[in-house]
Amino acid sequence: MATTDINIQHDVHHHDDHAHDHEHHEGNFWTNYIFCQDHKVIAKQFLITGIFWALIGGILSVIFRLQLGFPDMQLEWLRPILGGWITPEGKLDPEFYLALVTMHGTIMVFFVLTAGLSGTFSNFLIPLQVGARDMASGFMNMLSYWFFFLSSVVMFISFFLETGPAGGGWTVYPPLSALPQAIKGSGTGMTMWLVAMAFFIVSSLLGGINYITTVINMRTKGMSFTRMPLTIWAFFFTAIIGVLSFPVLFAAALLLIFDRSFGTSFYLSDIYIGGEALPHVGGSPVLFQHLFWFLGHPEVYIVLLPALGISSEIIATNSRKPIFGYKAMIGSMLFIAILSFIVWAHHMFVTGMNPFLGSIFMLLTLIIAVPSAVKIFNYVTTLWRGNLRFTPGMLFSIGLVSFFLTGGITGIFLGNSAIDIQLHDTYFVVAHFHLVMGSASFFGMLAGVYHWFPKMFGRMMNDKLGYIHFWITFVGVYMVFFPMHYIGIAGFPRRYYSWTNFETFSGFADLNTMVSVAAILTLSAQFIFLFNFFYSIFRGRVAPANPWNSTTLEWTTPRHPGHGNWIGEIPSVYRWPYDYSKPGAKEDFIPQTIPFSETPESNFPHENELIKLESEDKQGGIVIGGNKPHH
Amino acid sequence: MMSLIIGLGVILILFIVYLIIRISTLVGIAKGKDPDKVGNSNSINATLFMVFMVTSLVGFFWYSFKHIASYELPLASVHGKETDKLFWVTMAITVVAFVIISIIMFVFLYKYRYQENRRATFYPDNHYLELAWTIIPAIVLALLIFTGLRTWNDITGPASKDAEVIEMIGQQFAWTVRYPGKDGELGKVNFKLIDNVGNEFGLDLSDKNSFDDFKSLELHLPKDKEILLKIRAKDVLHSVFLPHFRVKMDAVPGMPTQFKFIATLTTQEMREKLGNPNFNYELACTEICGKGHFSMKMPVVVDDEETYAKWKASQEAWLKQNPDYLEKVPAALKEAAKVMAGLATEAQPVAAKESEQTVAGTN
Repeated sequence: MATTDINIQHDVHHHDDHAHDHEHHEGNFWTNYIFCQDHKVIAKQFLITGIFWALIGGILSVIFRLQLGFPDMQLEWLRPILGGWITPEGKLDPEFYLALVTMHGTIMVFFVLTAGLSGTFSNFLIPLQVGARDMASGFMNMLSYWFFFLSSVVMFISFFLETGPAGGGWTVYPPLSALPQAIKGSGTGMTMWLVAMAFFIVSSLLGGINYITTVINMRTKGMSFTRMPLTIWAFFFTAIIGVLSFPVLFAAALLLIFDRSFGTSFYLSDIYIGGEALPHVGGSPVLFQHLFWFLGHPEVYIVLLPALGISSEIIATNSRKPIFGYKAMIGSMLFIAILSFIVWAHHMFVTGMNPFLGSIFMLLTLIIAVPSAVKIFNYVTTLWRGNLRFTPGMLFSIGLVSFFLTGGITGIFLGNSAIDIQLHDTYFVVAHFHLVMGSASFFGMLAGVYHWFPKMFGRMMNDKLGYIHFWITFVGVYMVFFPMHYIGIAGFPRRYYSWTNFETFSGFADLNTMVSVAAILTLSAQFIFLFNFFYSIFRGRVAPANPWNSTTLEWTTPRHPGHGNWIGEIPSVYRWPYDYSKPGAKEDFIPQTIPFSETPESNFPHENELIKLESEDKQGGIVIGGNKPHH
Repeated sequence: MMSLIIGLGVILILFIVYLIIRISTLVGIAKGKDPDKVGNSNSINATLFMVFMVTSLVGFFWYSFKHIASYELPLASVHGKETDKLFWVTMAITVVAFVIISIIMFVFLYKYRYQENRRATFYPDNHYLELAWTIIPAIVLALLIFTGLRTWNDITGPASKDAEVIEMIGQQFAWTVRYPGKDGELGKVNFKLIDNVGNEFGLDLSDKNSFDDFKSLELHLPKDKEILLKIRAKDVLHSVFLPHFRVKMDAVPGMPTQFKFIATLTTQEMREKLGNPNFNYELACTEICGKGHFSMKMPVVVDDEETYAKWKASQEAWLKQNPDYLEKVPAALKEAAKVMAGLATEAQPVAAKESEQTVAGTN
């Protein structure tokens, strides 16, 4: 083994590697790995925690898919893990089924695709790509992770309660979530859910404020807003959306806590349950839905935008072409970010909300399809006449575009309130959001891991395993979610433990079995990734300085950047991040740190004019000399 | 035992994966390959994308054309015709867009796969193109929005005055229906009057409209007549879903909701049409409501007008079934209550009884 490492090591000529390794080991274990304020370590903490949760969330889904795909199966063998949640007949308890669905949703949406995605890549990439030594506040950043950790602990403990974790759906609509007598999960499980979410929101806000501040204030010299990579734009918009919408969820959760524990009636009215009429009068369950979706819908974009930013960057790099329509991409993200705040009630067309509101929200909702379409067209045009390298990161980014298209297009059905009457809360919806938001964002996250792994751990992941992982997952995800459109058209309702009570929904058992088998296969394929990930951290091929021949700033840092990222001065930036295959240039990429004065052969006329400005404030421009690509 | 086998399997797979990595790395080194160079795998991946596109599109069209009819729910309402039409128009537009974009994208992936001596084209933007694909989707969406809005407004508009009013009540985990009886008016209800002995509606018996209301555990609907479903819930959220009528509306405690529609085929007619003598309409719950959510079913029967009227006439008023509640009726309304509930007919013929009641009343 040692031979391979040595053999490959000579690829890397980074003179400052050594000096850096030493710097990295200053301080003790606690300050370096646990209560660390370095954005890179915090990013890895978010990533590892996110992976842990993704595994839990995935396993939960496979358990309930067993129930749906093999309704007659004996689940006695799960008793060692699930205990009393397996009924004496060897079946899954119907209330626990609901708890599984609820926790799967909560974990995937918040813990994996919000904290695991934004937390990882905003933290990792913002300082590295804008040229900052760290986040604006390293301490707040550290707190952000530890609040997330606390939230994770509380949520995790709720699995072990006798009454089980929260079970009222991830949207926790009251009165179901407010009344312990309505469902077991609304007992202590729901309390812990709310407490965990409160911590989660604190974590999100601490992180978000940091991201925004860092992007606005800490960009390196020359890094104007129009020279920021699309990743940073995406993280920036995401953070703004989060900071504006998460407090509303906090308010909603707080009022729910009051209703549950202190006898208020914000969401409760006219309830007769468990043989008695409750004293609550005057509240409105629909109010909660408004508050929830005021976060809940922007949350979709909190999950999706970072993934879109990541894939923009990866697709441009591996197409060896500038992203098509850089400004249009920013514009459409801005437009999506704004619109995301005024479409929330399309989740509520048939909740008894005033139908006039329904028409307004339908109008606004369908408008959001326009910037989304622009993004897809721009991705496709970026591929046109490129020179495409299918690295695992690139494969997953393409997978993302494919899911975004397939899942996005069904949004046009659901956003139309007249069509939504029939499709609301059926498997058509399940198929829609799992593709457009779940799988697309998940693929964005995986793409990001494959692409920036060399920067995170200084080693490469194995390509071949990456390909296998991609193809099984890509095909698997389609096999799981595409058939759901069909049973959605057939009216199958969501969150059903079994459909056989209804003649209308008793068919298509074979289709459900197929979906479950595909789900199990897809989850199994993730172990290939896990193996690749952990194996490569320690044994992967040593990464070259700039493995993808990328233009952005993070690849100008040493192989193992220490706290502070750059040795010596922070490099200045002279150009936008997408100078790939520029006509006349020697290489097919020009890093952002190369001044126009050094590339007279490839400059456009307006860029030649910028040379004069460069020389006026040159000081920072020299540093990049040592970081030139080694080709 | 099972878990042991699974555990062993996992370890075995991990070991195989580990071996694959080691061997591929070692072979690469032995061949003196530059790991940063783009290898054969690139073309393999590009080809796989083409294979994926062709098989999945062919599979999609083949399966859909062959089987979509079995997924389509039979339709039995007037507005459902409109929403179904909207659905299929949207389907046509989106499938065309989806297929075109997919083909272009996957072909690009194959055609522009890496070649050592080629350079990508520097093509950062084109305002005309961008304008075109902003405006074209906007126009198509505007058309969809306007047709959608018109249909939505028709569906959610006010019901006509002579609509057949029927009340659906959701509770964990069953539906009940209340019909207004002969007077066509539903009596007032109050959740505080609900008890677990008999008054499950929370009927307010000081309201004379409540006397002839009757309960049913089957939803009977008249054909070709506007029906106004008044919907409420007793405990948590539920949702009325009548899949064959394209009707869905949440039941919200504390906030009555409604949905109006016209049924177009009786159960019998639908059975004949489908050639399935066992066909039944059903009502399902589509808002998560607890343990029994998946079993909240109510049978639905659509009758022609005559049969429906006959069925209605044959139903006993709730008050008649629960005569103990007569004492809750204010003294002044007791007579009327007995008459409307049909209680009086039990002992004597109506004419004789009425005179007797007056006597009893004066006592």
